[in-house]
Order: sequence, then C-alpha cells, then structure tokens
Amino acid sequence: MYTEKRETKKRLLTYANAISEAHVQTMRNDPDCFIMGLGVTDYKGIFGTTISAFKRFGPKRVIETPASENALTGITIGASLTGKRPVLIHARNDFMFLALDQMINGASKWKYMYGGKSSVSFVIRGIIGKGWGQGPTHSQSIQSVFMHFPGLYIAMPSTPYDAKGFIVSSLSENVPCVIIEHRRLYDTFGDVPKKIYKSKFGKARVIKKGSDITLVATSIMAMEGVKAYIALKKMGISLEVIDPRSLRPLDKDTILRSVRKTGRLIVADTSWTTCGFSSEVAALASGETFKYLKSPIKRIGVADCPSPVSFKLEEKFYPTYKDIFIECCKMLNKTPDLGLIADPIIDSFKGPY
Amino acid sequence: MAAKNIDTVKKTLLREMLRIRMIEERIAEIYPRGEIRTPAHFSIGQEAVSVGVCAALGKDDWVFNSHRCHAGYLARGGSLSSMMAELFGRSTGVCGGKSGSAHLASPKINMYSAPILGALIPVGVGVGFSFAMDGKKNIAVVFFGDAAFEEGVCAESINFAVLKKVPVLFVCENNFFSSHTHIKYRQPAIPIYKRVKSYGIEALRVDGMDVMEVYKASARLVKKIRDGSGPLFMECTTYRFLEHVGPNFDFNNPYRTEKEVRMWMRRCPIARLRRRLLKDNTVTEKELESMAEKISLEIDGSLDYARKSPWPEDEDLLKDVY
Repeated sequence: MYTEKRETKKRLLTYANAISEAHVQTMRNDPDCFIMGLGVTDYKGIFGTTISAFKRFGPKRVIETPASENALTGITIGASLTGKRPVLIHARNDFMFLALDQMINGASKWKYMYGGKSSVSFVIRGIIGKGWGQGPTHSQSIQSVFMHFPGLYIAMPSTPYDAKGFIVSSLSENVPCVIIEHRRLYDTFGDVPKKIYKSKFGKARVIKKGSDITLVATSIMAMEGVKAYIALKKMGISLEVIDPRSLRPLDKDTILRSVRKTGRLIVADTSWTTCGFSSEVAALASGETFKYLKSPIKRIGVADCPSPVSFKLEEKFYPTYKDIFIECCKMLNKTPDLGLIADPIIDSFKGPY
Repeated sequence: MAAKNIDTVKKTLLREMLRIRMIEERIAEIYPRGEIRTPAHFSIGQEAVSVGVCAALGKDDWVFNSHRCHAGYLARGGSLSSMMAELFGRSTGVCGGKSGSAHLASPKINMYSAPILGALIPVGVGVGFSFAMDGKKNIAVVFFGDAAFEEGVCAESINFAVLKKVPVLFVCENNFFSSHTHIKYRQPAIPIYKRVKSYGIEALRVDGMDVMEVYKASARLVKKIRDGSGPLFMECTTYRFLEHVGPNFDFNNPYRTEKEVRMWMRRCPIARLRRRLLKDNTVTEKELESMAEKISLEIDGSLDYARKSPWPEDEDLLKDVY
C-alpha cells in the first residue's frame, strides 16, 4: 500500500483551491511554466482555478487564447521543445476531442518516433461535467481514449490533495501528461499541505482497507465508494476502496494484491464500461488473479447511451454509491438492507455552470 | 550566406539542389531492391523550395517539414549517413529506425518532419511563440503542402500566430496535388496566399521552380520577421515529378497527363540554374562534373554506412515510449 507523508496538522482546501495553489506555486518555482486556454484570464478563471495565477503573473504567463484546441495542443508541444512547461486547460474535457490529432498523433508518439532524442512535456487539464442537464457533449469522461495509446500519462485526481499533487508532478515529468478533473469535486474539501509536493504517477491509493471485496473506483466514483464502504460496514461487509489516481501508468500491483486478498472485484468508473477503464482492470485481474477469484468481476459505469439532459433521466444515467452497495451485496449473496441506502441523493449543485 | 557574393550563393544553391536530386535518384534506383522498407515521398522537382528557404536561415532557427521531407532534411543540414541508415531501418539511423522516411527528423539541429499533413504547423508556431516570450531573435519555419492548408489546424495556427505576433515563416509548397486529387477539386480558385492576406499579414507567391526567387524572397521575409513583423506567409508553386509515394514516374495514371509532367520537368529548378550559370560563366562544365563526382562518392559512402550498420536490438522495441 502506498501512503503519502502528511503533515500532522490538517489544512483543508477545496479541490479548486488546491489546483489554484498548485498553479501559483509551480509558476513561482519555474519561470518557464505558463498557462494557456480559453477563459483562463476571464473573471471566472476556469471555475476559480486560474484567477490567483493570473493576478500574480499577468497575461504574459496566463495566456488567453482562441478556441483552437488542436493548434493550441501543437503550440504547447512546440513550446515544450524549447524548454517551456506549458499547461493547457479545457473547461470541458469533451473539447479535447478536437485536439486528438496533436495529442495522439503528435505528443504521445513524439519521443518514440524521434528516436528518444526529443521529448514533449506538457500538462493538459480537462474537466468532466456532470448533472444540471449538461447533456451529451459536455459531460463525458474520456480517460479511456487516452489510456489506449502508449506515450501519455493520465491522472484522475479524486481528492484536493491529488488535484494539487498531480499538477506538480506532471510539470516535473518529461512526458505529456493529461489530468482529468471532475467538476463535481471542485467544492469538496480535503487535506492539502501548504508546501509543494508531488502525487506519484503509477501509484494507487488505498482509501479504505477491507477484506471482502475490492473496489477500484476512479475520480468521483472513488468518493461514492467511500459512501458505499460506510453503508456496507453496517451490514458487516468489508469493502476495500482503491483509487487508482494514475490510469497510465497504472499501479497494477496494488490492485492485484488487493484482489488476491479479497477474491472479489468491482470496478466503478465515471464513463461507459465498453472498452473503458473498467474493462482494462477487469481483464488485468482475470488474467493475473483468476485462481483467486471467488465470483465474476463486476463493472459499474454510466448507462450505455449518450448523457441525457432531463433531470429524471440523469438520475438513471449516473451510478452512485447505491449501485456499488447493491452489487457488493449481490456478490456475497446477501439481501441488501435497502434502509441503509434509503436517503435520497441530495444534489446541492446549482447551475448554470 | 547573405554576406557572400551572389555568384557563390548561386553555386552553393545549385550544389545543394543537385546533391538532393542525386541522393533521391539513388534512393529511387535502389528502392525496388527492398532494402529500404518505408514509404518514401520523393522531393524530386521540389528541391528549390527547401534549398532556397533554408539558405536564408540561421543555425538557431527551427525547421518543420511535411512527409515529403528528404529535401528539407538535407537542405537544413541533416546528416546523409544517418538519413540513409534511418531509411534502411538501422540502429544508427537519425531516429534509431523509429522515424523512417516520413517522420525524418534531426532533433540535434532542431528539425522535425511528420506526415499528418498539417501536424507540425502548430508545433512550429509553439516554438516561435516561445522565442517571442523569451525575446529571442530566432524564428521557426514551417513547410507544408497545399492540402495541409485545408486542415483546420492550419487556419487555427495562422490565426494564433497573427494574434500573438509569433515569429514564424509559413511556407506552403503548392504542388497542386494531395495524393492524386488536384487542388481544383479541393479548394476555391482564389490562390492560397491571397486568402492568407485577409489575416492582415504579408503573404506572397513565388515561383518555387526558381531557387533564386525563393531564396531572395525568403531572405527578405526572414529578416522582416526577425525585426518583429510577426508571421509571414510564402506560397511556392512547385511540382513533384514522381508518383505521390514511391520511386517511379506515373505518366500512365489518369490524374495527370504526361504532357503536364513534361512541361514542369522542362522548368526543373536545377537545369534552369545550371543553364544560367553556365551561360554567364559562373560555373564551368568541369566544375559541375567534379561537383557531381564528389556527391556520388558521398552517396556511396552513406549507402555503405547504412548497409554495414547494425539492426536495432529487440529491446529497442519498447524503448523511449516514455
């Protein structure tokens, strides 16, 4: 199990403020680091994450851009070749589809195709939207697209700690890094050390220890996993919750060690199951730990349709801790005590985005 | 180069073009043997563009090519032996056997090529953007074909470069074909450079079959960019003599007539300059013979080097992904 050294005294920050702090600290430490993107200098500053950096470093280092996702990605590649450390931000990760050529045909292959003599180092932040009727093109989670191709690093921070830590570590890697953040985590609080620190690529975090079932859950689903853990505990079921944090490189050891221990695996992802992160982890576990498995692997993801808009349909579309809870009970042949998950899901989030 | 007298410049340009032509003709000659197993897009016919532009650059400028990049690579000073070894897939290749012909690059001298038509246009803009941020006088030059101009990323890149006054020279090598599709089926009749003018920058068209015209225009534009003009755009009309990809003529295919190809071959930039220099006694037949002989020996040496070079090791397969 990988644990990070924490300062003894907790310092609570929101996920958004943790990101903001990471930008200010990394830009202060490295004059070659700059931020680009549509809206990075506007009054909302990418949900508050670039306002402080803009105030402090001005328009020469927090750079407003046209909506040219593909070119901007190429421009960050070019800038990084000359020693810059660019951060490119997409307020919705869906817009990264417009940049796939530069990300996949360009950045991910750069070092390899040029014989290891040149490498690209940039950080691209993309944010997942969820709820408030954002619909089919503003609420996808496209991590599996990037996971598929060798050459990129992908992180999905679920805590303010990692939201900051992965920006810092990404900027120190000579690898193009993609960080997929979740808008619905932006207002959550967590312990964030004041000092500058790194979250490690390729190291998962065991959020809750358990012995009956392993849950590998990405991004906001890791938080749902913690809620499920609490409810399951009341039924005497011990859930181990693993947040992979870094999807590529993936910490296979931590996941496999847990599955060998529990013999049961559920993977919960923020996206579709088909050809997704959950397929990958399921294949990994069945290939490496088959003889330890006591029941079939279960995958949880969003419904197999584009994201709907209507509030009633959204409720059906997104999985929650309740789905994890029920699947865990089924896996152990226990009748779920529905009273434990009877509370309505309270959605305090208010639009417009 | 600019300081030297004009006859020396002309001779150098002729030698550069002749060298590239002879190298590519040799590659074309041996290509059918199967020692070179990588799709190669020959520059034969288009040498004047790369040679004329590169002659106007300084050593700290960066160069980006398209997939038809042999001429750009050689004109910019890429090592011939390392290029041959790369085409042969050997470990001593300039990219260790990972780039082949279409991604031919020499990171050491800050030159890259890529075959997703407009792929490196924004990368060049990013390099120039970085120079501007640091107040450097260097520029980036991006070569691309007429079809790359049709890709969204090209418009995005020009827009950004103009907006941020990026020191970049866009060089569109208009050879009229994207694979086998003529530009008249792909773009409106108004010339490319005229459309670029609407961004409010200087954009011009030169005869890409005349190396001196390309060189003179480039030298002027490069200086203007160094003096802070922001991006400039040069369209060079040119023509590939061989098939889209591969070492052969393709006279008998339906997309262009032999008559058209022959017409352009009569405008060959090397023959034209050669005739001119012989006529005004800038160069003698004897000098030209000796020039060709030296180049031929150099090519022999590079082929020998490539053939004798070791293959990559098995473990190189997974090397340098990260």
